[in-house]
Amino acid sequence: MAKKVALMQGNEACAHGALYAGCKFFGGYPITPSTEVSEVLSKELPKIGGKFIQMEDEIAAMASVIGASLTGDKCLTASSGPGISLKQELIGYACIAEVPCVIISVMRGGPSTGMPTGPGQSDVMQAKWGTHGDHAAIALAPASVQEIFTETVRAFNLAEKYRMPVQVVYDEIVGHMRERIEFPEPGEIEVIDRAKPSVPPAQYKPYDTSFGDVPPLAAFGTEYRYHVTGLNKAPDGFPTTKAEYVDAEERRQVRKVDGEVGRAGIELNDEYLTDDAEIIIFAYGSTSRSARYAVNELRKEGMKVGLFRPITLWPFPEKRIAALGKQVKAIVVPEMNLGQMNLEVERVVKGACPVLHLGRVDGEPINPGQIMDKVKEVK
Amino acid sequence: MSKRFEIRFSGAGGQGLITAGIILAEAATIIEGKHAVQSQSYGPEARGGASKSEVIISDSPIDYPKATVVDACLAMTQESADKYANGIKKGGVLLIDSDFVKNEPKGDFKVYKMPIMRTAKDVVGREIVANVVALGAMIALTDAVSREAGLKAVLSRVPEAFIELNRKAYAQGFEDMKKILG
Repeated sequence: MAKKVALMQGNEACAHGALYAGCKFFGGYPITPSTEVSEVLSKELPKIGGKFIQMEDEIAAMASVIGASLTGDKCLTASSGPGISLKQELIGYACIAEVPCVIISVMRGGPSTGMPTGPGQSDVMQAKWGTHGDHAAIALAPASVQEIFTETVRAFNLAEKYRMPVQVVYDEIVGHMRERIEFPEPGEIEVIDRAKPSVPPAQYKPYDTSFGDVPPLAAFGTEYRYHVTGLNKAPDGFPTTKAEYVDAEERRQVRKVDGEVGRAGIELNDEYLTDDAEIIIFAYGSTSRSARYAVNELRKEGMKVGLFRPITLWPFPEKRIAALGKQVKAIVVPEMNLGQMNLEVERVVKGACPVLHLGRVDGEPINPGQIMDKVKEVK
Repeated sequence: MSKRFEIRFSGAGGQGLITAGIILAEAATIIEGKHAVQSQSYGPEARGGASKSEVIISDSPIDYPKATVVDACLAMTQESADKYANGIKKGGVLLIDSDFVKNEPKGDFKVYKMPIMRTAKDVVGREIVANVVALGAMIALTDAVSREAGLKAVLSRVPEAFIELNRKAYAQGFEDMKKILG
């Protein structure tokens, strides 16, 4: 049977990806350019017995997502820079309490209310360091309508598997543009559910690491009862200041993502003509599409240029970028901000090759010609 | 080389030009099986202001989703003509609503004139279908998709009660342009 196809916006594809992954709850507050995510879910969730709530603000929306997730459901919120800023305290809470949830961040110009209808990529560091304290972060950066669907499914899978908040960050251009999408059949993409406790309620501890770096999570409303707090806690969930607990908790929560085992299940990159490349363009989101256009044009001119596109933005693809840094003459980083991911590239390359940044923040996309000119500056 | 065809619809916010772009993209990708991307830019106003919608159609996957230099452009208002009728390819085409665009943009492209809003109001019967009149005319002018694919996409978008109105609007725009082209 032919697959169901449609022409739809990235934001609409995001909502359908969430439903495919088994999302049953959306708590949000509307904001351009993310609102279509909630519009679709407000229609679709009630049909499948799910819940849609528009809260009084973004902070409450994030709180509702955390609460709903603790009852065992897969939960989503969607917003943009200013709203994501408001959610930060609760995102940190979801990090330390280890509550699975997905946050869609559709990037416009900033800071503050900035340029609501224009595209930006200046919230990529926010996706990593927006909330305070040491913590791991997972952020995915799709670049097409189809990929927004699949990466939203993957975001839910990673949230459930690693028991933590996961962000999907994409710019207004991919959020609002329309492309053809082919809907995967049920079962075609893997859907992961969180590990449930195997011990009886009386023995259950929500942070029992004898089950590994990601302890099973019981659902409120079942016979399991436990304590949830934003304070550092002992395995039973109650607050503690005992040095050995606090240190072990902090390190485990970072290790579960940034450790070698964690990374292997999270990192995802797309490389185009990098094998023989002398210059690499590092680009994500809609900018990576301009970059791919530029690579094809530059190849016609005889220049050996390739594209590295991180689909997982956080954790940062350290090993591969370090290796590419040793292979090439230079790495060019175009992004719609004044210098964010280029700092990560520089950090990892450690001076093995020059890193050239191309930033644009006037509300217009970086076009292929601008990238070609920047690549030609490489000596 | 793969063929990349770029069309821009521009006018005032609320004139339905984003919808016209969506319909064209649906005709190209869902009905004709080509690749298409539709994008738009607009200001914070819900109505008014200059608005544009761009469609890129190609026989291979489309990387850069925005227009580079457009093959064809529609301008329904003076403001949109001033703002968006630049960047038309050498030898490209521009269609203007001749009642509203008095200062014709100059460039290395051919300008076509039709009283689009007036046609919608007086000939078809409702101003609201001016975008479909314009779409019919743009498809006749560019051959971006077949006449049938365009019609099918229009009809699949509109509510039952407005099917005949839109069918008429599309045919009027298409035929009027064919007459101009001779």
